[in-house]
Amino acid sequence: MSFQPLPEVTADSQAFWEGGADGVLRIHRCQTCSAWFHPPTPVCPDCLSRDVAPAPTSGRATVQGFSVNVQPWAPDMEVPYVLAVVSVDDAPGVQLTTRLVDVAPEAVAVGLAVEVTFLHVEDIYLPLFRPIDAEVRS
Amino acid sequence: MSRYLGQRIGERDAVISGIGRSAVGRKLGRTGLSLTVDAALQAIEDAGLSRDDIDGLSTYPGVATASPGMSPNGVHDVQDALRLKLNWFSGGSETPAQLGAVMNAVAAVSAGLANHVLVFRTVTESSAQTATRRASVVGSGGDRVAGIMQWMVPFHAVSAANWVGVYAQRYMHEFGLTREQLGQIPLNQRRHAGLYEQAIFRDPLTMEDYLGARMISTPLGLYDCDIPCDGSCAVIVSRADASPDLKQVVRVEAIGSALTGRNSWDQRSDLTETAAHDCAAMMWARTDLTVDDVDTAQLYDGFSFLTITWLEALGFFPKGEAGPWLEAGESRIGVGGQVPLNTNGGQLSGGRLHGYGYLYEACAQLRGEAVGRQVEGAEVAVVGAGGGPLGGCMLLTSDR
Repeated sequence: MSFQPLPEVTADSQAFWEGGADGVLRIHRCQTCSAWFHPPTPVCPDCLSRDVAPAPTSGRATVQGFSVNVQPWAPDMEVPYVLAVVSVDDAPGVQLTTRLVDVAPEAVAVGLAVEVTFLHVEDIYLPLFRPIDAEVRS
Repeated sequence: MSRYLGQRIGERDAVISGIGRSAVGRKLGRTGLSLTVDAALQAIEDAGLSRDDIDGLSTYPGVATASPGMSPNGVHDVQDALRLKLNWFSGGSETPAQLGAVMNAVAAVSAGLANHVLVFRTVTESSAQTATRRASVVGSGGDRVAGIMQWMVPFHAVSAANWVGVYAQRYMHEFGLTREQLGQIPLNQRRHAGLYEQAIFRDPLTMEDYLGARMISTPLGLYDCDIPCDGSCAVIVSRADASPDLKQVVRVEAIGSALTGRNSWDQRSDLTETAAHDCAAMMWARTDLTVDDVDTAQLYDGFSFLTITWLEALGFFPKGEAGPWLEAGESRIGVGGQVPLNTNGGQLSGGRLHGYGYLYEACAQLRGEAVGRQVEGAEVAVVGAGGGPLGGCMLLTSDR
């Protein structure tokens, strides 16, 4: 796929966008009250502690909403593809917009269990997700 | 309710004293400034004012270069073209969605910073659109993506059709909404476009047409998406007591400008609720009127599903019950129905004037000037614009 916009990396977001180098999905977590939060910011949104840091997750998630995009929005875009909002299983309250891969659009449903798989482009590791159940994969 | 108890409701110091609307259509081949001037001068004249009375200027979102035709004009060129002598002005996008510019004007008038504020919104998205350059799609330029868009665009969630599609799919999963029920929204708007000569798409639309149209981003098909257009709307927000010769005014009963949930398309814990819910709660807390008093609703339909979120947020039906409520079709949301909705064809059939078409139509209805589509005795109108984390709503009343 040649259409591939990439995010601008900042000190706050670096662990999220580059953490996939060792295959680990990292989400910001408060070191004081243990709350997980996303997007990454330099302050805990719950207790306002400044002691926050990226922490490793299992990379497992659950589909909360999805949309199969059919419209080619750019000339060099391959369609269809499945967009989803997933909740990260061991980071309560954290959801990610992502693209699902290795799955037929008709097999996607709210509640589908997925796991992270990183797409490496330049310095970025985009956290995409695929079904955990091998039988659901295509 | 107690949040505003005893507090001055400042928006009641302001009125909408004049309205203007340029030609609106597909590829009009005119500059944005030309359309803006048409709408602005019409609004000033409609208010019974002259150019020299205008001492405030407000617009959304200011000049936007990232998205073609999204907003070709801002405060700078309009102030200069009309040589306005301003005491106050504001233009920008970080407001309670599109109507934020109107709310800013109301606040300025209430604060005594200006007497008559010209508010405008201009789009040339139709003219700007080419085979390779599409309006309202982010990330095709090659630059790195920052801000809120970085969490969606790299995954190819590039259009609001994608972001809204996720919400619509979740609502269907949760509450059993069907595409036929959702389709009542575009069918309704098309019926109303047929009553309004200024609407863009006026040919009848059937449920068969709707269901048979190509998919864009599930569950949203072609007719669930609004249409880029060229056009400009303007209103004059005046101090209620500023001018003795204000002809006919629309009163601002209450504003909803809240953002109490996450400022994000994907972090809301309930993926069927949006900023519309925050705004609606605030607006109703600032008035003794209730949803039962609303004579007509002009609610954002950039995508059909967004209208459902506005209707639900405002309390027209209980949470989750959009489907059965909409099934009544014309008798529910038609001009003669229980809640006459988007009586000008909305953005789905009237063109994406990006929030300001609803405002113009609400004023026309309250003034009894909505020829061919007038809601009998309309005295209270609600206007809501935006989707996802963007939202703003206003309750307007006639001066009768």
